Amino acid sequence: MSASDLTRLTAAELASRIHAREVSAVEAAQAHLDRIGAVDSRVHAFLHVGTESALASAQRVDAALADGAEPVSPLAGVPLALKDVFTTTDMPTTCGSRILEDWQPPYDATVTERLRAAGITILGKTNMDEFAMGSSTEHSAYGVTRNPWDTARVPGGSGGGSAAALAAHEAPLAIGTDTGGSIRQPAAFTGTVGVKPTYGGVSRYGLVACASSLDQAGPCARTVLDAALLHEVIGGHDPRDSTSIDQPVPDVVAAARQGANGDLSGLKVGVVRELGGEGYQPGVRAAHDASLRRLEKLGAELVEVSCPHFEYGMAAYYLILPSEVSSNLARFDAMRYGLRAAEGRSAEEVMANTREQGFGPEVKRRIMLGTYALSSGYYDAYYGQAQKVRTLISRDFAAAFSQVDVLVSPTTPTVPFPIGEKVDDPLAMYLNDLATIPTNLAGVAGMSVPSGLAEGLPVGLQVMAPALGEAVMYRVGAAFEAARDADEGGPLIARVPEVTA
Amino acid sequence: MTAHSAERTDSGGVITRDEVAHLARLARLAVTEDELDTFAGQLDVIIGSVARVGEVAADDIPPTSHAVPLENVFRPDERRPGLDQAQALAGAPAAEDGRFRVPRILGEEQ
Repeated sequence: MSASDLTRLTAAELASRIHAREVSAVEAAQAHLDRIGAVDSRVHAFLHVGTESALASAQRVDAALADGAEPVSPLAGVPLALKDVFTTTDMPTTCGSRILEDWQPPYDATVTERLRAAGITILGKTNMDEFAMGSSTEHSAYGVTRNPWDTARVPGGSGGGSAAALAAHEAPLAIGTDTGGSIRQPAAFTGTVGVKPTYGGVSRYGLVACASSLDQAGPCARTVLDAALLHEVIGGHDPRDSTSIDQPVPDVVAAARQGANGDLSGLKVGVVRELGGEGYQPGVRAAHDASLRRLEKLGAELVEVSCPHFEYGMAAYYLILPSEVSSNLARFDAMRYGLRAAEGRSAEEVMANTREQGFGPEVKRRIMLGTYALSSGYYDAYYGQAQKVRTLISRDFAAAFSQVDVLVSPTTPTVPFPIGEKVDDPLAMYLNDLATIPTNLAGVAGMSVPSGLAEGLPVGLQVMAPALGEAVMYRVGAAFEAARDADEGGPLIARVPEVTA
Repeated sequence: MTAHSAERTDSGGVITRDEVAHLARLARLAVTEDELDTFAGQLDVIIGSVARVGEVAADDIPPTSHAVPLENVFRPDERRPGLDQAQALAGAPAAEDGRFRVPRILGEEQ
């Protein structure tokens, strides 16, 4: 099998060939490293490629298999792209920020540890909006990532690097983080699959914080089954994260396999009235209507549901998130790690100069916004009221999930937009996450599955499930994917144009 | 949005340049003069938009700080390995004698 073919396989297919010793993990790693070498100058999905550590990890998998050992996990030997917001002892961790340029953390994140323990080959660290603040990856201090479907357009954000790596066949698996849509929106924009697990479902230990009550790590892949396999590797309780859920990981792999059989009869799918219509591009709406027909054809019963407070989700989110950001990013004080400005007569001046030089405009905006929202005199009207809206949004979900098994909506209001179009208009950028924000505020689960093309660009179907309801979400996602692929003669991602340097 | 922000500017705007300077000082950001102008306009638009949360009647609604309600989470009080001195200092911008070296903390007058 040629190297280019290895980069086209799903993670599940690649794993089975590695475990059957038809292909070595080193060959798989090398094929993807070569692919990165060939296309990443154009895509710029990676901030760092760890060639030696990747090959060494793959060699360990091959050696164990040669000794007759069982694979340490169903994904042992499969390459992966890791968002540069997880600490790694053998690679820099920059979070897309100048303030952490070349920072090499002294410890591994729990997600990093679990990937290593599962024998997954970490190829490198992927580009992102600075500290995960943004919806286009244009707010990275290290340059924009380009969308493989149209390199003049953004791949979404903040996890644009991870999503673009999948779509450019630089890796079959990736890890993202989703605070308001940073896994699902890039998945929709790149024709890939992205999952935001239930809040607390994947450890945040070693995940550099954006907004702690909203941040959630999750799997990214080109198929629903691959995402499920990765979900089971990274999910589960971690005593080092006090908000980690101390319950078994939902059986998402079995659910994905069941869903692929293509029968959703008996399931009720709620169509959220407030997530669609005005503000959503016609092409996105058309793709969504087709998705609903497909779900019906699979036997699901469609029920229109109303979540009246979702329309306030964005406003609440852009008060709660900046408030948490302004507190979390106070740690970048130029004293213990990261950048330190040369100028300043006192520690305080050095700190202010460092933060001015080290943070980009979006991070500064959000820090000041949070500082404002938490100021005495404004606290009740802004932060306090936003927290009440958060309660009402959770209640909307609870009411909806008392009627239906899952909720669906378009993942994004638009198709991927041209690089530069929204970067100086923060509010226009924020609207990207209109449909994804409510799940973060309520802590429930959500995923984006490729649903089709609009104007030749990918769009996604969002499936949302109650807390710890990932199994039914994966079942619906896998059934939808199988039906879409069967109707369209193959997966959407097979239609991505070849990236040329 | 443009018409909306113009109206607000006519009445002085919620976020003035001085307000941004104040917020930047609180947040330890040595912003430039140009940034004060840019951020004042942008923050004014953003705050005008997020103020919508005030339209929701929520007097009797409890606030949610966290999606998953949790009581205190305890762990066994056992010794675990931490970072050693070299690891802790590995990323320091300046270190001396096994400690973080920091700029002057007290002002001249103190």
